[in-house]
Amino acid sequence: MANVLVFAETRGTALRKVALEAVTAARALADASGGGEVHALVAGAPGAAAAAEQLGKYGADVVYTVEHPALGTFERESIAATVAERAKQGGYRAIVLGFSTQGRDLGPRLAAKLDAPIASDVTEISISGDTVVVKHPGYANKVVLTLALSGSPVVLSVRPGAFTAKEAPRSARVERIEPAADPAAARVVVKEVVEGAKGRPDLGEAPVIVAGGRGLKVAENFKLVEALADAFGNAAVGATRAVTDEGWRPHSDQIGQTGRQVSPQLYVAVGISGAIQHLAGMRTSRTIVAINKDKDAPIFKVADYGIVGDVLEVVPALTAAVAEARKHH
Amino acid sequence: MGAPTVKIAVCIKRTPDSESRFKIAPSGTAIDEAGLKFDIDDFAGYAVEVALQLNEKSGGGETVVVAVGPDLVQESLRKAMSMGADRAVQLKTDAAPADGLAVAKALAAELKDGGFDLVLFGKHAFDTSAGVVGTATAELLGLPCVTAVSKLDIANGRGSARRDLEGAAEMVEFPLPAVVTIDEGIARPRYPSLKGIMAAKKKPLETKPAQLGVVRVAVQKAELPPERPAGRIIGEGTAAVPELVRLLQTEAKVL
Ligand SMILES: Cc1cc2nc3c(=O)[nH]c(=O)nc-3n(C[C@H](O)[C@H](O)[C@H](O)COP(=O)(O)OP(=O)(O)OC[C@H]3O[C@@H](n4cnc5c(N)ncnc54)[C@H](O)[C@@H]3O)c2cc1C
Ligand SMILES: Nc1ncnc2c1ncn2[C@@H]1O[C@H](COP(=O)(O)O)[C@@H](O)[C@H]1O
Repeated sequence: MANVLVFAETRGTALRKVALEAVTAARALADASGGGEVHALVAGAPGAAAAAEQLGKYGADVVYTVEHPALGTFERESIAATVAERAKQGGYRAIVLGFSTQGRDLGPRLAAKLDAPIASDVTEISISGDTVVVKHPGYANKVVLTLALSGSPVVLSVRPGAFTAKEAPRSARVERIEPAADPAAARVVVKEVVEGAKGRPDLGEAPVIVAGGRGLKVAENFKLVEALADAFGNAAVGATRAVTDEGWRPHSDQIGQTGRQVSPQLYVAVGISGAIQHLAGMRTSRTIVAINKDKDAPIFKVADYGIVGDVLEVVPALTAAVAEARKHH
Repeated sequence: MGAPTVKIAVCIKRTPDSESRFKIAPSGTAIDEAGLKFDIDDFAGYAVEVALQLNEKSGGGETVVVAVGPDLVQESLRKAMSMGADRAVQLKTDAAPADGLAVAKALAAELKDGGFDLVLFGKHAFDTSAGVVGTATAELLGLPCVTAVSKLDIANGRGSARRDLEGAAEMVEFPLPAVVTIDEGIARPRYPSLKGIMAAKKKPLETKPAQLGVVRVAVQKAELPPERPAGRIIGEGTAAVPELVRLLQTEAKVL
């Protein structure tokens, strides 16, 4: 029997989707290793402890809460020290977190502090005797690696979207703990958080992504992409490197090998050629639509539905048709 | 007088070109390297460029490149020196292990008494796609660490950086010495000049054994992901729009 610790990520005081996915992954791992407990740790600004109830609903037996005004922004040094301290006291088999921007930063800190082997961005977890075995897409999603980790604990970060959050209700015991290092004494200080475009879901969480490429010709035409995203109602907007290089969109919108890796229900590629580095970031999307005037563009090799045509004509027509279709539900 | 000079280490990995088509080696636990082109890992290449630009701005300083791996990594170290790095260190192993913490231990042992103001890494390596080594090295060295940085400035013994979050960005400040891992969008690596290539041949490249410690992460299997079903063109121009909407509703069920 072995317990598993989850770092449940928050933004401000709200739980992130990946936090619940991590709890689901941890629940399965604890169950597979003889029915251990799942303990979750939430760190955030005052008010974050309210997330405890939701964590119980998804399978946490114990929720440790740490609140401090400075934890509202990602106070990495204090959070790493606090999670590592809890991990040492709890003697866990594994520490599970999300492979989000924060989780990518936190995971290796925990591994070093605990002298624990780590696997990043995992899509499957199993346990076999003394070994934890995970699947992890390497080589920018072009090769799937099965990694064997020996030693205990291990640190595992889970790929956002790879584990579907499942309810497994418990009445979680909530325990308040203190930060193991003073958040106000951190060496890396967050001076400012600049919020991106309001009112759109994040690329990693959106069910629909509309992405634009150089085929849009000028920055101005990106509003066609925005309008199509608006018509879907729940869409995020992405871009190719050609577009972020031009400065039409910020680098944080870039999808691909050196940008974000996404896997939405629907990916609409607008004026995108489908270079291998772009495909590396979106080929695992469930349904892919491509609009391109060149019938030989490589994007059509992966598109479930391709339309050969001028984006300046097809996209407005599609926007109107999608808006119309959504009106009738 | 320019800004005070800084001493920078950049840890680089040798990885296959990202455009490659991969095959699995007969062992079933690695890619088949035959015929592949290798280079400095993309993000580590950006890190080399950032170091060179910081040194140029201050009108002095030193850039040292470090790689853990077999003798083949010397090729990447020479390339970094042909771009302008001053010297190189190879921490020799039979192969770079899949255990990021073990690599970090070897790097930390080498860097700890080096007197570096700044140690740079790529955000993650192409092959491992893990993003472990930089941050773990920082922890082992006890240094402040900022990851996935898309803008970096240093002045008066302090650094400031921008880091993209999902849907937001944070601006942070930190004291030097520090460890920074580099995202794209900050710099594109320069091409070595002929003069640079000639000069690199005479620059010092030191080889020492890597102190990896116990390696606890191993690749058990490598496989190619399932292919997507072949794409399908449903029509041309605006005339194809109604059919697309119909398919999105009835077949893909996303509308
Ligand atoms: C190390 C490395 C990393 C990289 N990382 C990334 C990454 O993360 N993400 C990424 O996206 N790229 C990346 N790239 C760049 C990549 O190789 C391509 O250059 C890039 O994806 C091309 O973007 P694009 O499709 O917008 O532009 P292009 O390749 O120029 O394609 C434009 C397309 O628009 C079509 N078009 C033109 N006009 C119209 C019109 N009126 N109507 C309809 N269609 C039209 C054209 O037929 C063409 O297919 C990377 C490259 C390297 C070397
Ligand atoms: N064998 C290595 N030698 C030197 N630096 C490395 C090595 N492996 C990884 N790195 C550095 O660490 C970064 C992140 O690698 P990884 O943690 O494997 O994703 C890379 O971009 C390099 O800067």
